[in-house]
Amino acid sequence: MTDILQVENLSLRRDGRDILRRVNLTVRAGEVHALLGLNGSGKSSLAYTLMGCAGYTPNAGRIVFDGRDVTALSISERARLGITLAWQEPARFEGLPVAQYVQLGTREASRDRIRDALEAVALPPNVYARRVVDQTLSGGERKRVELAAVFAMHPRLAILDEPDSGIDALSLADIGALIRRMASEGTTVLLITHRDEMATAADRASLMCQGAVVWSGDAAEARRYYGTRCRPHIEALGAQPWDEKLPEVRDALASNGKDAR
Amino acid sequence: MNTTTPSHALGATPAWTREFEAILDAYRQAGGDPNALQVPNVATLVVSANQVLVAHGIEGITFDAQELPHGVKARIVVAPNARIERTVHLCFGMLPAEGLQEIIAEYEIGAGAQVEFLAHCTFPNATKLEHRMDARMHVGAGATMKYNEAHFHGPHGGIEVRPRAQVTVDEGGQFVTTFNLTHGRVGVLEFDYTVDVAARGVAELTTKAYGIERDAISVRELIRLNGEGARSVAKTRAAVRDDATSQVFTTTEASAPNARGHMDCTEIVRGRAVARNIPSVVVRDDRAQVTHEAAIGTVNRKELETLMARGLDEDAAVDVIIRGMLR
Repeated sequence: MTDILQVENLSLRRDGRDILRRVNLTVRAGEVHALLGLNGSGKSSLAYTLMGCAGYTPNAGRIVFDGRDVTALSISERARLGITLAWQEPARFEGLPVAQYVQLGTREASRDRIRDALEAVALPPNVYARRVVDQTLSGGERKRVELAAVFAMHPRLAILDEPDSGIDALSLADIGALIRRMASEGTTVLLITHRDEMATAADRASLMCQGAVVWSGDAAEARRYYGTRCRPHIEALGAQPWDEKLPEVRDALASNGKDAR
Repeated sequence: MNTTTPSHALGATPAWTREFEAILDAYRQAGGDPNALQVPNVATLVVSANQVLVAHGIEGITFDAQELPHGVKARIVVAPNARIERTVHLCFGMLPAEGLQEIIAEYEIGAGAQVEFLAHCTFPNATKLEHRMDARMHVGAGATMKYNEAHFHGPHGGIEVRPRAQVTVDEGGQFVTTFNLTHGRVGVLEFDYTVDVAARGVAELTTKAYGIERDAISVRELIRLNGEGARSVAKTRAAVRDDATSQVFTTTEASAPNARGHMDCTEIVRGRAVARNIPSVVVRDDRAQVTHEAAIGTVNRKELETLMARGLDEDAAVDVIIRGMLR
């Protein structure tokens, strides 16, 4: 399996704070790769940096997509290469019907594709296609529409930022199935989440802590470690300066990862 | 049936038929449905320059129209408690490139009546043309009047549009209006509405315009909530680019207990364009409330980046956002 995304020593400083610290991450083509981390660990900032959003130009490092350095490309250019992002809190669009929004990124504005995408996120097309992507949709509905738009686009790399947030618990399985379906149709998924149960859909996973990716490997192992050890480590080490803390976290992972409960 | 046909009527002489067909054709080219203007059980008033081509009333609604040197004077009356089931079509237009069209209109909506108007204003060839509307609208107690005005202008920008209205909404009445000038060049728009709302009455005003090149948009709205429990919403959406300008002056005065008003203005600015929003709120009763929200300037960054992440370039993404906002 080839690598589709390579993030090399990526650093981001905003408002005098180090947000990303020498991030290294490799995502293989066709996999679902979960990025697990507690709130504030830098997951969303990494997503915005990978997408090229304003204010998220890295201070150092590079982003390589399918062998090409995309660090200096605009959002549109990255999207045309096949990268897209589903926002954690999707934007609202006054006057823009759901069907039009979903088909915006598709090469073929096929009604079947739009219908399929809406059904994939459990939104009945006959009910939702003409609704408007504005405040008349609930947060959960907007989230599903956002995922439908990404699905319809059939991207090569979909960065899904907390796709489960705002979704009712009963529907989490639907989201997991959607992610697996995207992968089966050829989309590589970078699944950003702070809930270890969401990572059950992943093949591999990385742990993010205080702006750095501290570990990558088997998804099940990452889930076990994340669920039982990450929070205690943050609580124990949170007061220490970063440069002292990082080795400790890495050491802890190295020594405890295999037998983590 | 109450129908007044001052000088022309459905099935009249070939001379006006040609004018009528030309207006229909212009309307069709602008994206409208000409069939809607020719349905027997739909009340219709069609005016080309100062000619009344059709004044077709149906039960519950009458048109009384007189031709003037530069336009038409029309009185439109909806009988008390009448329910006009199908949208009333008003078509005002001018085919010549130059000239003046002045519409002096009086709308009398009887108590308890319900009616919706769709006014199409079509000026496909304008290069030096002025369209004035001076309207008085009276919405009787418990009546509902919806008045939607859509303009279809040509690409030249040589048009000046001045819609003015004095609206009175009686107790429990509802006045809902939309003004849409997003097809073709705006030219100069001076929109000026004053609405007085009695107890438990409702006024909803929505104005949308898209200015390019040297278009100049001016929207003035004065809403006076005079009666207890009167309510209003004034919503303005404007987008300007190139050297266009947009000025929105909205005033809401709440002078009675439990009156509620809200003003909502979004203006998007691109290039050298200039947008100005001057809201004014006057409250004369300590149980009343008027709120205001405005966003003036660039498009929302997150909306823009979301669309760019779908592969649209920045200009295309802005266009999608603006078109949606003005839809």
